[in-house]
Amino acid sequence: MNLSSTARARIALAMTFVVALLLTIMPGPAWAEAFRPDWVGMVLIYWVMAAPQRVGVGTGWVLGFVLDVLQGAVLGSNALAKALIAFLTLKLHLKLRMFPRWQQAVAVLVLLLLNQLLVLWIRGFVGRAPETWVYWTPSIVGMLVWPWLFVVLRDLRRRHQIA
Amino acid sequence: MITVFGWSLRAPSQTTRFVFFVGLSIALMVMDHRGQQLEKIRAALSVLAIPVHYVAAAPARIVNGIAEFFTGERALKESIERLRDQNAQMQVRLQQFEALEQENNRLRGMIGSAQRVADAVLAAEVLEVAPEPFTRQIVLARGEQHGVRLGQPVIDAHGIIGQITQLGPYTSRATLITDVAHAIPVLVNRNGLRAIVFGTGDPDTLKVLYLTANADIREGDLLVSSGMGGTFPPDYPVARVGKITNNPNESFLEIAAAPSAQLDYGKQVMLIRPPSPVATPTPAAPPGAPKAATAPTAKPGAAKQSVAPAPKPTQSAPAAPASNPPSATPP
Repeated sequence: MNLSSTARARIALAMTFVVALLLTIMPGPAWAEAFRPDWVGMVLIYWVMAAPQRVGVGTGWVLGFVLDVLQGAVLGSNALAKALIAFLTLKLHLKLRMFPRWQQAVAVLVLLLLNQLLVLWIRGFVGRAPETWVYWTPSIVGMLVWPWLFVVLRDLRRRHQIA
Repeated sequence: MITVFGWSLRAPSQTTRFVFFVGLSIALMVMDHRGQQLEKIRAALSVLAIPVHYVAAAPARIVNGIAEFFTGERALKESIERLRDQNAQMQVRLQQFEALEQENNRLRGMIGSAQRVADAVLAAEVLEVAPEPFTRQIVLARGEQHGVRLGQPVIDAHGIIGQITQLGPYTSRATLITDVAHAIPVLVNRNGLRAIVFGTGDPDTLKVLYLTANADIREGDLLVSSGMGGTFPPDYPVARVGKITNNPNESFLEIAAAPSAQLDYGKQVMLIRPPSPVATPTPAAPPGAPKAATAPTAKPGAAKQSVAPAPKPTQSAPAAPASNPPSATPP
C-alpha cells in the first residue's frame, strides 16, 4: 500500500509537468502569445523548492530538452536555461520557503527573467533574437500567476504527500 | 554513499551535476547549430512529438468545432452565396488566364526563353502556429514521407507564407516570411525594381531594406517574389508596400510592407514544388547587386538547409532596365 502511494505521488508529480508542457505549446490566438507565462519554468521552480530530493537539475534539463524538441528551438537552449533555474532554486530553496508569498513571487520573477535572458542570448548567438520589449512580458505574467499556481500545487502536494 | 565493488563513491553534488548539464547543453547547441549530426535525431524526436502536438491542439479544435456547430443556417447560406460569387468571378478570370498562359508561352518561345511550367502543389494542414515564443513558425502535418523537402516554399491563397526549415518524417516546420531571421528577394510588380523583404517578428509587418531615396517605389505597390536565390519561385505575391519614410540622416528609405498572405488565419496551406531547374547554370545575380540578394534567408543556420541557389531558367530574362540593382541610380 505504501509503495503504491509513492507510485501515485510520482505519477501526480509527472502529470503536473505534462500539463505544464501542454499549456506551453497549446496553440492560441496570436495576441495571447505575449501573455503566456512559462508554465514549465514555474512548475519546475515549485517542485525544486518543495521537493528538492526528488526534482533537481537533471529533471530541469530533461524538461528543457523536451521543450526544445517540441518548439523546434536550438537543442540544448531551453535545457540549459531550465537546468540553471533548477540549480539556483535548489541553492535558495530554504530561503524561498520562508519568504512571504509576494516576495516569493518577486524571486520567481527574477528566476524567470534569468531564464529568458539566457534563451535570448542563445538565440542571439544563433542569429534570431526577437527585437521587442514584449519579449519580457511572460515573466511578469508568471509573477502575477505564481501565488495561485503555488496554492494549487501545494494542495496537490499535500493530497499526494509528495515531499 | 554508493558502494560499487567495494569502492565507495559519493553521489555527485548538485553543483557537479549542474556543471555536467551545462557542458552537455553547450555541446548539444554547438552540434545542432554547426553540424548536421543532430538532424537525424531531431527528425526521430519529431515523430515522438506528434501525439503531443495533437493533444495540445485538441482544446482549440474542440472550441472551433463547437463554434462551427452553432453557426446559424443563415450564416452558412450567406457564406455559400459569397463563395459561389467568388468562384464564378474566378472562373471567368481563369478563362482569360489559360489564353494568356498560351500566349505568354508562344511569346517566350519567340524570344527563345524557357517556357514556364505550372508549379505542382501539395496541401498541408497547419498543426500549430508559433511553437517557440516570439518566432514566426508553423508546424505542418506533412513531412518527408509526403514528399516535402527542405527549403520548399509554402503559400496560401493570397501569397507566399514562408519556407520549410525543419523536416521530420511526418511533420515539418516552416519559417514564415515575417520571422526576424527571414529575408526574401522580390520585385516591385509595377516596374521590376529589385529589393529584399525582411521579416520583423511582427505578424503584420515586413520591411524593405536597402532602397535609396531615389528608388521608384510607392505606397500600395505589390511586391512579388523574384525567384532570385532559387528558393522561391518567381511571381508569387509577397507583400504590399505600406508607409515609406525618408529620413535624410539615413542612407536608405525606411519602408514598411504588409504581407499578402493571411499568415495567422489560414488553417490550410500549400507547398509548392517548382519544376526542377534545367541544368544550364546562369549567373546568380547581375554584378553590383547586393550580396544578400542571392541569399534566400539571412539566417546563418539555414544555409545548410536551403536548396542550392540555382536560378530558374525563367530568370535568365530580366524584366527591363528597371531591374537594376536597387542601389543603382537611373541615368
